[in-house]
Amino acid sequence: MVSSIPKDSHSVSELKEFYRQMVLIRKFEEAAAKAYSVGKIGGFLHLYIGQEAVGVGSIAALTPHDYIVSTYRDHGHALARGLHPNPLMAELFGKATGISKGNGGSMHFFDKNAHFMGGHISLAAGIAFASKYKKEDSVTICFFGEGAANIGSFHEGLNLAAIWKLPVVFICENNHYAMGTPEYRALAVKDVSIRAHAYDMARDHIEGDEVRKVRDHVKVAVERARRGEGPTLIEVSTYRFRGHSMSDPAKYRTKEELEAYKKKDPLMRARHELELGGIKPNELDKLETDIQTQIDEAYQFAETSPEPPLSQLHKYVYAEDK
Amino acid sequence: MAILTYREALNRAMIEEMKQDPLIYLMGEEVGHYQGAYKVSQGMLDLFGEGRVIDTPISENGFAGIGVGSAMVGLRPIIEFMTWNFSLVAIDQIINSAAKMNYMSGGQFPMPIVFRGAGGAGGRLAAQHSQAFESWYAHCPGLKVVCPATPKDAYGLLKSSIRDNNPTIFIESEVLYGMKGEVPEGEFTIPLGLGEIKRKGTDITLVTWSRALSFAEEAALILEKEGISVEIVDLRSLRPLDENLIYESVKKTNRAVVVEEGWPVAGFGAQISHLIQKNVFSYLDHPVERVTQMDVPMSYAANLEKMSLPSANRVADTIREMLR
Repeated sequence: MVSSIPKDSHSVSELKEFYRQMVLIRKFEEAAAKAYSVGKIGGFLHLYIGQEAVGVGSIAALTPHDYIVSTYRDHGHALARGLHPNPLMAELFGKATGISKGNGGSMHFFDKNAHFMGGHISLAAGIAFASKYKKEDSVTICFFGEGAANIGSFHEGLNLAAIWKLPVVFICENNHYAMGTPEYRALAVKDVSIRAHAYDMARDHIEGDEVRKVRDHVKVAVERARRGEGPTLIEVSTYRFRGHSMSDPAKYRTKEELEAYKKKDPLMRARHELELGGIKPNELDKLETDIQTQIDEAYQFAETSPEPPLSQLHKYVYAEDK
Repeated sequence: MAILTYREALNRAMIEEMKQDPLIYLMGEEVGHYQGAYKVSQGMLDLFGEGRVIDTPISENGFAGIGVGSAMVGLRPIIEFMTWNFSLVAIDQIINSAAKMNYMSGGQFPMPIVFRGAGGAGGRLAAQHSQAFESWYAHCPGLKVVCPATPKDAYGLLKSSIRDNNPTIFIESEVLYGMKGEVPEGEFTIPLGLGEIKRKGTDITLVTWSRALSFAEEAALILEKEGISVEIVDLRSLRPLDENLIYESVKKTNRAVVVEEGWPVAGFGAQISHLIQKNVFSYLDHPVERVTQMDVPMSYAANLEKMSLPSANRVADTIREMLR
């Protein structure tokens, strides 16, 4: 299973940081699942468990000036961006302290300062358009699932990004099921990245279980975009261990399939690699315990935060005047 | 006082605004090299170049989304739909992204974007290309909806829309593009949400906007000869709505008719009718009436198109009936 033992202290500490982020996401999502099951979180809750290496690896390829556009399965991306778990959990709880003040919920995390936006393919192209317009060297990366690759705006967004050479990297996290529909019933061409050919766009295809590999590949695309050579479509093959959302028991897939993917768990893999790189298991256990404490605090913070004031109902419908 | 066409007034407003703010750009199908499908952007490519007057392929959903994304990070796009009929393939971006962005981000992302283009019924363009969309967009909180009826209003309202930090639906009337009118020299703006009494009268209030103003004015002239004095309220924008202007007029005339190009069911006139009856009910001598497009898709046939649209005669008939 292991192909990349970290060779020096730098790569060990790098992988350790990635591992920390992945554990943070995993434990955040487990806590969110718990909160959902006891009714503290409403609406839809799409968990990222199993896909952590994609978000962490991709976002590691960015600078703070770059932009991230994500929707639906966005908690992991926000945490990988370095957003604090407290306002994220509070947003899921619909509290005033939430990252979108309780108006957004699970699918709409926004943080202007962190350049993190909820949105979709053409919005990402628009942010990249603005970077080019303002002659800034920011790159935008856009996460979406293989289900979204069948929406019309995928075609329009990619075509426009390609003809205008916009600095954007489209990352299709293919977890093989769009809600309950397996990819073979939805995609005429199974490898989404091949569609890049239709737009004369650079493409890449990565297995999403090795976090540093994801980072290295995405970095190539980000640098290409930053040089003004246009967008890239990357397909990252990954798997979600939970259903599409918390309300989905995922009966459309076999236990055997799930177990096979769990053997490729990116967290397990990273931990094993760290141990081979010389990190003691008890050190990693401590890291996990510390993160659990942090997540418990986030849960506590969300639970004890106030709901938005009722006066907020009409606020933000329109922007304040200049 | 300059005499400009409605088209020239819009053109002048965009040029002036783009000259004073480099963050404003114009994007749409044929806005650049072709000089605008309806020539509203005539000359702008030469003035501002391809970086700011941007031709797109036929991809309304895509470029509407690009406009929204770019507005999130500080640009001030003017997105032209060749006609509002084509906005339907972009409506997801307008309703779900532009209108809600500031709200669902908790006030982090204002949306300084103008969606504009031709609306209403054209010369025998039939069902898919002759439609009034203001009621559709006015339904959605977060959007502003502007519908100018004269060159002067088109100029002043477009400038305000471009300067606004909210997504504005700016619906131009396809048949008014060639209409000439006085536009004062020098720069001025008309605040969104400020209607205007286009004609003073004492017997009945006509509430209207955009091209329907012309039906109202024509009806007023017909009725004047019969001794009926009509007051015309031009709302100019539906969101925000100049409610008090309507109420003050109705208090004076005690009767109101809404004249609009759109369909009747769940149309904006129904909202106005409700507001009048809720807020100045005791002043009314007659239920509020409405003159709208017929409740059918637009026909291609000339006679059926004419019959389908509101007209001065239909307005006059309605008023005569109310005053009987």
